Amino acid sequence: MELKEKLVSSFMAFENTIDVDSAVHDIRVNAIKRFETEGFPNKKQEAWKYTSLNSILKEDFSVFPKETEALDYKDVKQYFIHDIDSYKIIFIDGKYSSHLSATTHDGIDVCLMSAALNKPKYKLIIDNYFNKIATKDGLSSLNTAFSAEGAYIHIPKNKVVEKPIQIIHFSTGSEAALMLQPRNLIVVDENSHVQIIERHQSLTENPTLTNSVTEIFANKRALVDYYKIQNDAPSASLIDHTFINQKQESIAKVHTFSFGGKLTRNNLNFYQNGERIDSTMKGITIIGDKQHVDHNTLVHHIEPNCESHQDYKGIFDANATGVFNGKVVVEKEAQKTNAFQANNNILVSDKATINTKPQLEIFADDVKCSHGCTIGQLDESAMFYLRSRGIPEKEARGLLMYAFSNNVLDSVKIPEIKSRITKLIAQKLGVNIGFDL
Amino acid sequence: MLKINNLHASVEDKAILKGINLEVKPGEVHAIMGPNGSGKSTLASVIAGKEEYEVDQGEIVLNGEDLEELSAEERAHRGVFLSFQYPVEIPGVSVTNFMKTAINETRKAKGLEDMPANEMLKLIREKSELLEIDRKFLSRSLNEGFSGGEKKRNEIFQMAMLEPKLAILDETDSGLDIDALRIVANGVNKLKSKDNAVVVITHYQRLLDYIIPDYVHVLYNGRIVKSGTKELAHELEAKGYDWIKEEINA
Repeated sequence: MELKEKLVSSFMAFENTIDVDSAVHDIRVNAIKRFETEGFPNKKQEAWKYTSLNSILKEDFSVFPKETEALDYKDVKQYFIHDIDSYKIIFIDGKYSSHLSATTHDGIDVCLMSAALNKPKYKLIIDNYFNKIATKDGLSSLNTAFSAEGAYIHIPKNKVVEKPIQIIHFSTGSEAALMLQPRNLIVVDENSHVQIIERHQSLTENPTLTNSVTEIFANKRALVDYYKIQNDAPSASLIDHTFINQKQESIAKVHTFSFGGKLTRNNLNFYQNGERIDSTMKGITIIGDKQHVDHNTLVHHIEPNCESHQDYKGIFDANATGVFNGKVVVEKEAQKTNAFQANNNILVSDKATINTKPQLEIFADDVKCSHGCTIGQLDESAMFYLRSRGIPEKEARGLLMYAFSNNVLDSVKIPEIKSRITKLIAQKLGVNIGFDL
Repeated sequence: MLKINNLHASVEDKAILKGINLEVKPGEVHAIMGPNGSGKSTLASVIAGKEEYEVDQGEIVLNGEDLEELSAEERAHRGVFLSFQYPVEIPGVSVTNFMKTAINETRKAKGLEDMPANEMLKLIREKSELLEIDRKFLSRSLNEGFSGGEKKRNEIFQMAMLEPKLAILDETDSGLDIDALRIVANGVNKLKSKDNAVVVITHYQRLLDYIIPDYVHVLYNGRIVKSGTKELAHELEAKGYDWIKEEINA
């Protein structure tokens, strides 16, 4: 059976395993209908022109994982940012792991989507926010149809959450091939601040496909600082959809570090519903082999006096392929918009590919918008300069590539993340760079 | 120390060096002068191992070892240092981290452990004082936004850190005001010893008032056409290069 048919026919059984009287029952039913109509995206669609899911969708994915073994913290510690105190919402094969998690209801809610969908005390938030900004495309609809578990974070107003929140999804290989549909909802009320780290990590050679949807609401003057660490196993693919709705004077920043996985597609949509909003999206992609990373961003400037900053760096080796598709829409009312977009790439090998495409749709007349894409090789005169100082070729390349990408890290506010990412970069580039931070 | 025998080199099939002979002994300072386009910078790059230059004939021998098969980094590990005419800007790598990497890679090549951090800091402090370099300067990105003088001073700082056996200074005086020139020359003089050697490549005699050469060579059209002592530099300053060209062509 084709994966699509399998998913559609599994839906009823899925809903029976959870509560059919749930508040989101109708939303799920509508979503599965939409998925049935839309199906999976294909290369004929403009937004999927350079990313094909065909080879991945051929796998016979299990859509309901069986009960899974527990994981020992010591065995997976390396995937945590373990040198800081943090809240943790951890899943193993789609199921919540209370053993690895550290949630809270103390003034803030850092807990589970399954609880939020079922308990009356969360009903108001679910009614107001759940599935309000997720797009209605096939993949997002598929996730909505099967939305049952994930992270639920609600920060009421005037709270600066001191500890970052880590959301980690592990897959263990308990199934021959596993498809996951994590669904996260993050609501940050007026004047509140939160930092979130998200990671998907397969611990197995068995194929994993994660189709994740995260809805984030940054209300008035809220600050959301979000880090995505994508360094997954070669058998794991991720299609991520992150939607951020911002109210006036809020700041939202998403850093995406893509260093691994078979195929990674990041759909990142910002909607600016208010004045003086600041949106930042930055990324470093370093991949090789036959890996594929696709960044598909959208910033929708709806109201005046807002800013957006995009800075994506990519280093592609071997047969790796990359895509950057950055769309900036400035509505007629959105005067005095400042929108910046940069996408710079280095192709290390002759067989690596990057497709980069900025799309600016500007309907206002008093705006500052800039965009720039570059694709290049390493500067040979810089290579000679470094080598003439005794730095061997491989280390010199690593140093230059590190230098190329590292200004993206300037805006990383958590030192432990900065140092972890620096180490990952050094590891990816195969160099031992003795940088202190 | 350095022996260059009948060196012919070309870039993209264009012959630039057409039979250079030069011997530099430990403790000596040699100046190589010559009009633009005579091959001075090419000679410096070929000695340092720049790959786009092809050695067609002849040899470069450093302390008895033919450099032909050695990469730029291997030459550096054996004590060759080139102060660049146009140092490359490398945003994202601080001067300090660059020097740490260079020193430790050189030590690694010699089978030594990394230099302990306190020793490294002491060395950096000592050498930056020698070149009158502000500590803040060291945490800036390598050469990025540096003035011409800062770049050249930074080159000599690197030379001081790496303590080469053979230092080649390619137009180190260009872009320097008189104060910076004095600091740079002073640094070079303090680093001079009976065991190392310096080759100064320059268009003008100015730098040679500060770094006194034992020998002066005139490079013209890919060959050393005249050699002498420092008086030759003065003569060139006074009379220009035309009389040499005439002498050759006569």
